[in-house]
Amino acid sequence: MTEPAQTSVGTGEAPLLDIVNLKKHFPVKKGFLSRGVSKVYAVDGISFHINQGETLGLVGESGCGKSTVGRTVLRLLDPTEGSIKLNGRDITHLNKADMRPVRREMQIIFQDPYSSLNPRMSAGDIVEELLIVHGIGTAPERKQRVAELFERVGLRKAQMNSFPHEFSGGQRQRIGIARALALNPQVIIGDEPVSALDVSIQAQVINLLMDLQAELNLSYLFIAHDLAVVEHISHRIAVMYLGKIVEYTDKKTLFTNPQHPYTEALLSAVPIPDPTIKRKKTILQGDVPSPIQPPSGCHFHTRCPYAEAQCKIDVPVLKAYGPGHMVSCHLR
Amino acid sequence: MVDIDHHAELAKAGAHVTTRWDRVLFYASRYPLGAIGAVIMIVFVFSAVFADVLAPKDPVQTLASASLHAPGGDFLMGADMMGRDMLSRIIHGARISLTVGVASILLGGSIGVIIGLMSGYLLGWFDLLMQRLIDIMQALPLLVLALVMAASLGPSLENTVIAISIPLVPNVARVVRSSTLSLREMPFVEAARAAGMSELRVALRHVLPNILAPLIVLFTAQLGAAILVEASLSFLGLGVPEPHPSWGRMLSESAAEYVRVAPWLVIFPGLAISLAVFGTNLFGDALRDVLDPRQRN
Repeated sequence: MTEPAQTSVGTGEAPLLDIVNLKKHFPVKKGFLSRGVSKVYAVDGISFHINQGETLGLVGESGCGKSTVGRTVLRLLDPTEGSIKLNGRDITHLNKADMRPVRREMQIIFQDPYSSLNPRMSAGDIVEELLIVHGIGTAPERKQRVAELFERVGLRKAQMNSFPHEFSGGQRQRIGIARALALNPQVIIGDEPVSALDVSIQAQVINLLMDLQAELNLSYLFIAHDLAVVEHISHRIAVMYLGKIVEYTDKKTLFTNPQHPYTEALLSAVPIPDPTIKRKKTILQGDVPSPIQPPSGCHFHTRCPYAEAQCKIDVPVLKAYGPGHMVSCHLR
Repeated sequence: MVDIDHHAELAKAGAHVTTRWDRVLFYASRYPLGAIGAVIMIVFVFSAVFADVLAPKDPVQTLASASLHAPGGDFLMGADMMGRDMLSRIIHGARISLTVGVASILLGGSIGVIIGLMSGYLLGWFDLLMQRLIDIMQALPLLVLALVMAASLGPSLENTVIAISIPLVPNVARVVRSSTLSLREMPFVEAARAAGMSELRVALRHVLPNILAPLIVLFTAQLGAAILVEASLSFLGLGVPEPHPSWGRMLSESAAEYVRVAPWLVIFPGLAISLAVFGTNLFGDALRDVLDPRQRN
């Protein structure tokens, strides 16, 4: 299950979800009367694809735009540029009504299991509402389906009548998963679905997600900042820095042969649960620069230990380094 | 749904929730103050509905010989200057005061909720326009605004309700708008959108139920204000016209002239107003908690 997919980056096989040159810029309003003068370059031209039954991990520091990617792909935010294709169909510019049937195919699991469930609705109603909105089944059929979903995600049927506050964080996240599964989607976007949970609960939820993938042939876009979690669940991984993908390859290559200095730094920050192992550490200095005024040239040059003169001037492009291995760095 | 939350606890107490009545008793024992509030409100509503049967005398019948009759004997709460029975007038007054209070809260409240929800939802020019309008309305005191409205509409029960409800709109709209602004960014609202729900459904099913708590508190607090504004309007001859008895007018008319010679003319209507306001506040607080699933265990 956790073995890397046989397909590699950029093969000819038609992907389930295909994102090309996606951009999302937010205007920043300076004052009461002025027009939006500057922009936040939250997502600045990223491309990736996800195949059926595959998990793409999207990692990066907070503020690098990874959650914006998830929301834009779901069309909760309108992309500034680029295209989103699901099953070969361009959904970038569909209006609300046309998006509705598409939403059956794509669902989301949120980071915070506390604010992502309406506190005034019972757990069963929260899941059932999606079926009602999409006109699926009669009332008893829907109840039956919700009961099945509850059991599938490891909750008891009797808990359908309980309210969100009566559940623990992990159980709430299971309700969130049941909700995401209700419409039988093909793609689920997990926006840091385990980062708010205890480590022991994280493992349970990750395993549940992997079981569901095996059973239902789901595709995941798994957004996270924790490489250890991403390593466990992903087939391929895209590393994001300040709105751009800097390295994009299969899991094994990324962990054994990282090419981008940023990936290298991220990997060296993953703790190894063995105090006797010594290793070379690359510790990044400073913070992520502001996405309102990203640095010139390579966005990473301000923190890169290997930066050269060229890095400050030329913008690197994501180019093939090896088979199925894309890196955006002048030095490679 | 509700009884599942309490079954365990009730079983512990040896009780069995089987009927609706049991559930009412359960909540009453859980929120005794709310129960007191509910009883007060039931008494007032009951006397308003059955005023014709309950009142011992005709509330508008004058009797010169009973002018300023002290409480006791034939007149349990005394009689006013024109010899009208205070008890009967207070019982009938419940009808006017509660109708005006509740109707203006419902009217003003629903307009406020609609404006607030739309403002917080649509934003843009609609929000800007509405908020400036509300600024203008809030710059004037409630009574002044109601006065202007009542004066231009003319005295009648319906016009009094309208005159009182319109000035209530800004408060409600502001509270609803600010809650909507924070709720619309919540992940569960985002989840509803991701599921393809219409904005109307999101607003009514996901936003509105979550602003109930501040709304109930606001409504019960405003009910008292509405009864008092009605009193002032009636005093100025712009409210419910004579000879219909309204608590407010009874209080304000006699407060000026007879408070020293016949204090019962002030005490009893004042008591009725205070009790009604007190009762709704107690009941409102308990209702807010009962309706909130988080408070139920």
